[in-house]
Amino acid sequence: MKIRATKAIMECLLEQEVDTVFGYPGGTILNLYDELYHYQDKIRHVLTAHEQGASHAADGYARATGKVGVCFATSGPGATNLTTGIATAFMDSSPVVFLTCNVTESLLGRDTFQEVDITGIAMPITKATYLVRDAQTIPDIMRQAFAVAATGRPGPVLIDLLKSVTFPNVEIDYEFIPWGENRQCRSLREYSAHHGLKAPEPDMEDIDTLVELIGRSQRPMLLCGGGVVRGRAHREFRTFAEKMDCPVAITIMGAGGLSGGHELTTGMVGMHGSRASNEAIARCDLLIVVGSRLNDRVALNPPSFASQAKIVHIDIDRSEIDKNVLTDHHIVGSARRVLSLLNEKIPQYSHPEWKEEILSMKRELSAPREETLTHSQVLKVIQRMAPRDTIVATDVGQHQMWSIQHFHFDYPGQLLTSGGFGTMGFGLGAAIGAKMGCPEKTVVHTTGDGCFRMNCHELATVEHYNLPIITVIFNNGALGMVRQWQNLIYGKRFSQTTLDRGPDFVKLAEAYGLKGFRATNVQEMELAMAEGLIGDRGCVIDAVIDQDEMVSPMVAGGSKITDFLLV
Amino acid sequence: MKKAEFNMEKKAYTLSLLVQDSPGVLSQVVRLFSRKGYNIESITSGSSNEPGVTRVTIVILADELMVGQIAAQCRKLLPVMAVKILDEATSLKREYALIKVLTPDRHSRDEVMQMTSIFRANIIDVSLETLTVAIFGDKDKTDAFEELLREFGVLEIARTGTIALERGRSTIYDDTKLKEEYDYGKNVL
Repeated sequence: MKIRATKAIMECLLEQEVDTVFGYPGGTILNLYDELYHYQDKIRHVLTAHEQGASHAADGYARATGKVGVCFATSGPGATNLTTGIATAFMDSSPVVFLTCNVTESLLGRDTFQEVDITGIAMPITKATYLVRDAQTIPDIMRQAFAVAATGRPGPVLIDLLKSVTFPNVEIDYEFIPWGENRQCRSLREYSAHHGLKAPEPDMEDIDTLVELIGRSQRPMLLCGGGVVRGRAHREFRTFAEKMDCPVAITIMGAGGLSGGHELTTGMVGMHGSRASNEAIARCDLLIVVGSRLNDRVALNPPSFASQAKIVHIDIDRSEIDKNVLTDHHIVGSARRVLSLLNEKIPQYSHPEWKEEILSMKRELSAPREETLTHSQVLKVIQRMAPRDTIVATDVGQHQMWSIQHFHFDYPGQLLTSGGFGTMGFGLGAAIGAKMGCPEKTVVHTTGDGCFRMNCHELATVEHYNLPIITVIFNNGALGMVRQWQNLIYGKRFSQTTLDRGPDFVKLAEAYGLKGFRATNVQEMELAMAEGLIGDRGCVIDAVIDQDEMVSPMVAGGSKITDFLLV
Repeated sequence: MKKAEFNMEKKAYTLSLLVQDSPGVLSQVVRLFSRKGYNIESITSGSSNEPGVTRVTIVILADELMVGQIAAQCRKLLPVMAVKILDEATSLKREYALIKVLTPDRHSRDEVMQMTSIFRANIIDVSLETLTVAIFGDKDKTDAFEELLREFGVLEIARTGTIALERGRSTIYDDTKLKEEYDYGKNVL
């Protein structure tokens, strides 16, 4: 059947069961938005204040729902404004399909108004990029893009459509194929034929080797990485951890892979990891890493990382094996598949002494002081008052580490944070995406005054779509994390990290038509939180904390994991 | 594998790649080398025995750990179908070079012609002032020949860079566990 090319694009989105897209229109993408007008009852478009906000929202939507996020932007500056969001999604393996339009075929490569080679720019920060010059390839490319984004190790994909393929008079052959079946369509078959068509299965010999290693181990330890979260392997992981009966450290991206309140968890690991986690890494004789690339914030010093242990790495992406830390054994496969195979093969173990040695180091985070508001008081109020399944979106820095250390995340997608790329300004966009994807859940956005100022214009989006997101600003009047480093390592020379400037965040919130509160003590914080939780409107809480509060524990970059700078 | 087991000496490694012939695939591959700051000694790209599949041969100066990392990053790319680090002893490597030598007099012309015949190279162009010689062989042979001709004054040189295949029955298509492991992550079905 012949249909308009832009119509085919919308139909392809429907094939993938896309009902929400985030984006921002512009000159070259006009035709696509014109088509979207006819589809507004089927596809909800969320107009943000800035393309970067849209990219983070699509990413947050993907992380919270487990579905593929979709984001539209126009050529040139629209496309380049996406790049921080694309890189953020790439570093945290979040499946997002970005659709941009470019100039027409005849103007391509002539430095035309708002032209940029976005497929070239996005190449290092995507799983795949496609430049669509022939309209007839649209259905194949759309299907392939969604398949690539969602399968294997998920990640962002960019499709750049020339304006000339979106002209209203361009018609193509198209047939609606639901996504469950379109995996069998021509381009995907051809594509997969290059990489072996057989159903992917982990190597059973590798699994048996690990089963043997487990049997010999006296002091095993698990590390729960982002692969458990992305692969939604939390049930399998929990069974595995309980059968292993050993300490489990959780990376930032692994939050929710095992409930933070589970008795076996030692919490975060690495630079701001707990003493229990880091000591366990140093003392264990077998470290099983599930879906983590062991980057420099976890394995701060690779040669000394788990130096007494056999390191076994389970990952879906073969190129992660031996990349940052050299390992003794590995299994390539999805966390869910590998763990369920392992669960069938291992007996129930019991390591009471080893567990006691490590878990006894767990302790409650710093006791609250009464006179002024502290970060831990703010977090305690949020935790006490918000529902247990509240989604927490963070920005980057001290408040991020505090939030992750403090909250117990129970399920994948409960924490939305830029762990790999460390994108300041990620949180509000991500919170918008999460609330769109999970309207039934409470969404709290924790941020710092520095981060919030970066993308606070998205409050306009929060207001327009009436999203009752609660933004809590840990306002210390400084770039806290950088200041912490300056405090500890740079002789207290606070170069350009003091944020002694506006705006008044309460007034700002009100200017956007939202509720704004300032909290300087626990009572004010509780009142503000109660107002936010009414859920009728978005809410901004400016929680004023001391400038010199620090994130502890802390191990300096490159040091041995047990050499704590702060305890 | 522990670090001690790797050969840390820097030497020339030859990587052979099969890639799907899609737009931008070469820049995708080359980008990985520049990202890591590795210098490519030579790169060649041409058709293979399968339609739609390009064979790329890259020579880099690296240690074993570095070459392993770069091969891993190449293998991860979706359009890359296979990567093999070719073993020095069991692979055949050849390149082709055109060298334009200054030969203003009869004497120099004679000498260059003699050397050309010793090296089993060919003279493919003559002018009153120059000879252009074509030589085919491995890199060392071409290097040696080039060095000798420099005495006479070389005007310009064009070298194809190394192409390579394994000796005997083994090919890049041979199924290995490593290839299966990478394919695991790429399968979209």
